[in-house]
Amino acid sequence: MVDHSWMRESATFSRPVIAEIERAARTGIYDIRGFGAKRRVPCFDDLVFLGASMSRYPLEGYRERCDTRVTLGDRFASKPITLDIPITIAGMSFGALSAQAKEALGRGASLMGTSTTTGDGGMTPEERGQSKYLVYQYLPSRYGMNPEDLRKADAIEIVVGQGAKPGGGGMLLGQKISDRVAGMRDLPAGIDQRSACRHPDWTGPDDLEIKIQELREITDWQTPIYVKVGAARTFYDVTLAVKSGADVVVVDGMQGGTAATQDVFIEHVGVPTLPAVRQAVEALDALGMHRKVQLIVSGGIRSGADVAKALAMGADAVSIGTAALIALGDNNAQYEAEYNKLGTSAGFYDDYQDGRDPAGICTQDPELAARLDPEVAGRRLANYLNVLNLEAQTIARACGKSHVHNLEREDLAALSIEAAAMAGVPLAGTDWVPGSRL
Amino acid sequence: MTTFDLNDGVRALNAHLHGEVTGELSAVNPAGRHAVAVGATGAHSVSIDGNVGYYCGGMNQLADIEVRGNAGPGLAENIMSGRVHVRGDASQYCAATGHGGLVVVDGNASSRCGISMKGVNVVVRGNVGHMSAFMAQKGCLVVCGDAGDALGDSLYEARLYVRGSVASLGADCVQKPMEAEHLDELGALLHEAGVTGVDPAEFTRYGSARKLYHFDIDNASDY
Repeated sequence: MVDHSWMRESATFSRPVIAEIERAARTGIYDIRGFGAKRRVPCFDDLVFLGASMSRYPLEGYRERCDTRVTLGDRFASKPITLDIPITIAGMSFGALSAQAKEALGRGASLMGTSTTTGDGGMTPEERGQSKYLVYQYLPSRYGMNPEDLRKADAIEIVVGQGAKPGGGGMLLGQKISDRVAGMRDLPAGIDQRSACRHPDWTGPDDLEIKIQELREITDWQTPIYVKVGAARTFYDVTLAVKSGADVVVVDGMQGGTAATQDVFIEHVGVPTLPAVRQAVEALDALGMHRKVQLIVSGGIRSGADVAKALAMGADAVSIGTAALIALGDNNAQYEAEYNKLGTSAGFYDDYQDGRDPAGICTQDPELAARLDPEVAGRRLANYLNVLNLEAQTIARACGKSHVHNLEREDLAALSIEAAAMAGVPLAGTDWVPGSRL
Repeated sequence: MTTFDLNDGVRALNAHLHGEVTGELSAVNPAGRHAVAVGATGAHSVSIDGNVGYYCGGMNQLADIEVRGNAGPGLAENIMSGRVHVRGDASQYCAATGHGGLVVVDGNASSRCGISMKGVNVVVRGNVGHMSAFMAQKGCLVVCGDAGDALGDSLYEARLYVRGSVASLGADCVQKPMEAEHLDELGALLHEAGVTGVDPAEFTRYGSARKLYHFDIDNASDY
């Protein structure tokens, strides 16, 4: 046994860095993986709430009502949707996920009165059937896009980008292309399927405004239209989305997950969710559209505290993806032996792209997918959503709020200078907001 | 015949096209308006007298739409079935992501004609611009004139027939032999599009070399 305790590891060339250099030298290709950013970035953990005391009084935790309902899409659409909780399920494709996983997401979301979202690859009957509110993504690839499903949707989400890879498209590798997935996408089975990085028939906000007009005409101005952007130049992107006529803007920070992208993209492109929320709200405020165009925030939401902090910063709702998959059973220790066979371990598994997910979630292998019981997994997701909602309510009551939307930036303090600057809230114990324009 | 004056907007026409009553319709004064005759769900016959803007005939199902003028970008985008026929020229992204049906352009079509097409058939009597049939998946693009640069870049299984010259082929797009099957297919498409006096044997077929179907680091320089 070698005693490592005295050895000094290089901060520059740490063991993960050395392993990546060795992997690159061995294979000659960049690493593609799923999951989201693994590096530590300033996040909601760096904020705390200032609970009520003398200057504010709290609501009784187990007695007084704290509402959580949220209405999305009432700017132009004649049929906006009202969700019971301000936590939605982010877009994840059938193809990246098994049909059972998609059904489970729908079941769990519906049990809690919230929405789930399709993804690249179209709408499956399982998902539509089990989703009380289903958001239909309108993506650059237009895989599976058709007007019948468009009219079945409760909302349409035009995807411009996602937090894991702003400016990037996607690639569903051939091993996950079953006959059913291929058929829905009008491509041969077994080949890699590229998801384009920009839309085929519009570029820029002026075109997007016309595209939104077309979608509204096709859906008779009934269906709310969201525009989703990956967090980068968030102030301007949100401004332009509003100008283009969006009912709802979705901002996805760099901690947001993905089914398959280059690791270098996940870790090095985009900005964290924390500054993105602030910039999005600033854009809405500047236009006088805060609360008129709703803001959904995603990217690294894990707890009711995260939910409450996003809402306090001005979001109307949040969206979860990776956390929802974990609630279904992703990375669960019951499959540790099988994770080990894949050269990884429960808690570390991120090869969503290779189709061998032991939990039966990120796969199209019938035997693996059959491991996931949609009813049981959906119940787990509902439980998790319920906990998030209860936690957010608990915090809101402690801050004296009868609706989670009444949480405000003044209820927050930051634990680091970076977080204070990014979130635009004072460093705890001070009235200092670094970078604020006084 | 019911006539819609588009000076009053496109809403009434589009709402009618989503209803159950089908028949012959006329639309006048389009004046380059966007989203004219989009999302039709039945076997309507629509005649539009003049030029249209973006996305005319978008997501069409079953309807037969004729534009007696020119069309802006995204003509018949994501068409599912039916027919969209433009008597003049069409701007960029013509028939983008179309899943089925037939799109006919009597004049020229601009860049990215048939981009990401997924089963639609497109017949252009004139020329098409650069990057046409980019990432085209299924269906046929017939060009009776010339094609611009990078034709069929990153092509999947769509079939391209060009009668004139091709400025350049895109990544993974190659010339392929015209077999009897292709001559028959092309002849039927020309007939359906109302193109006469053109011999299918004058066309050259292009398709995917299928080298890029699986990511291979050795092919990285091909992109």
